[in-house]
Amino acid sequence: MIEILHLSILATILISGFLALWFRNLLSSVISLSVLSLFVSLEFFYMQAPDVAIAEAGIGAGLSTAIYIVALRAVGKKQFRKEGEH
Amino acid sequence: MNPLSVVARTVCNLFAWFLAIFGIYVIVHGHLTPGGGFQGGAVVATFMAFLLVAHGGEKMQSWVRKDRFTLMECFGLTLFISAGLLGMSKTFFFNFLAKAGGVFGGVLPIGPNAGALNTSGTIALMNLSVGIEVVGGLSMILLYMFSAAHPQEPMGREESGHDR
Repeated sequence: MIEILHLSILATILISGFLALWFRNLLSSVISLSVLSLFVSLEFFYMQAPDVAIAEAGIGAGLSTAIYIVALRAVGKKQFRKEGEH
Repeated sequence: MNPLSVVARTVCNLFAWFLAIFGIYVIVHGHLTPGGGFQGGAVVATFMAFLLVAHGGEKMQSWVRKDRFTLMECFGLTLFISAGLLGMSKTFFFNFLAKAGGVFGGVLPIGPNAGALNTSGTIALMNLSVGIEVVGGLSMILLYMFSAAHPQEPMGREESGHDR
């Protein structure tokens, strides 16, 4: 049972990392990076490193997402997209 | 960054305080439970990010000032290094407050116990100073990032829905 939980955490890390690369919309990409940080923090907690889990949840899922979103709002109007891509 | 809708602001007003209390708990209990000054400071700085995203930049800049965060950072670093230097009669970072009585120097009974909050000597002081320093530094990163990204912000507009 606990192995299934662990494997599902690892699979979610992989899937959200892939989605962060795959999304064309940058906001969705940032949100899936935040989900990746959250599940990496769960994995740290499973590996009995609660210190690192708190730091990862605070910085990876909270602060860096906020900083990325502030930066995205700044460059959002100048974002340029080639024809044929969407 | 414009403020979000009234739903997001109400949820922020209600639940951001739990975040701040949790961060201060992690800082104060740094020597007993997982976490410490850095982790708790990161959680409290997430509280500042929460307020910034929900209430927008103008309100945040009317509530706090950036030089206060610089002051917090300098104060935390000075407290840390002076807590190290004050034990200089034995060694650098000597725990001179342990078992000395008072706020930081309680004495634990021998044997297995759960630990008490006031028994750690200078370690709690160092956790507090690192917490103050990290709150100041990370909040300053956020606010400077915001003010660099939005040099002049149109006043008085409110977004109709959620972000984007």
